[in-house]
Amino acid sequence: MGATTLTPTIRIQREDFDLTTEIAALSADRRDIGAVVSFTGLCRDEGGTLAALELEHYPGMAEAEIARVAAEATARWPLMGLLAIHRYGMVKPGEQIVLVIATSAHRRAAFEAADFMMDYLKTRAPFWKREHVTDGTIGGWVEAKASDDEAVERWNTGA
Amino acid sequence: MTQALATSAPATQARSVRLVYFAWVRERVGMAEEQVELPAGTRTVLDLVRWLKTRDEGYAAAFENETLVRAAINQTHVKPGASLEGASEIAFFPPMTGG
Repeated sequence: MGATTLTPTIRIQREDFDLTTEIAALSADRRDIGAVVSFTGLCRDEGGTLAALELEHYPGMAEAEIARVAAEATARWPLMGLLAIHRYGMVKPGEQIVLVIATSAHRRAAFEAADFMMDYLKTRAPFWKREHVTDGTIGGWVEAKASDDEAVERWNTGA
Repeated sequence: MTQALATSAPATQARSVRLVYFAWVRERVGMAEEQVELPAGTRTVLDLVRWLKTRDEGYAAAFENETLVRAAINQTHVKPGASLEGASEIAFFPPMTGG
């Protein structure tokens, strides 16, 4: 476990975000970062009928829960920076929903931390998606996937 | 939304807690939040769920599957058996689908 003085950046916002801006902010005035890994989650339309996803969240707990996950990640990997942005409100297909960036001296820690953050964020951060259909009707709530719970279990082996 | 502060009222006394609901739990219950007096003997999250189910058909539908609905006490995830002692804000919601 390295010196974990870094404070993860966590933002829950309605507005879109810009990957380049966020990476620049994490790497500004630093010469010691060797690896930047980012994950961007987009709103995906599989059937050609999705007008938008509506993301509901639990204000306060959303920030707190992602902060708890981020604290676990910084304790587990020698990171130099960690950021998570999650949007709420209406997001159209092709638009961005979530961003995770992990920076480290070496790639392995950055890859794993970003992967870990996303697995936990999907199953623990209090957000719920509802589909809005192109005919103007409000569709159903998106159901949680067992595969997301299984993805989280990977990180607990040998713990 | 302001963050609720934990109170330290004795568990044996009737006390008021804020309940908040999200997504389809909110829709079935028919409101986003309410203040309720915990009935005597309501010690755990599951006790609370079983009492809520008796209030009307909306609650009954929301908590039809008692272990499917997730709970948080004071904005931290908890299991159904968790104690309500010190709880001021109790949230109920479906499994999460963010990310």
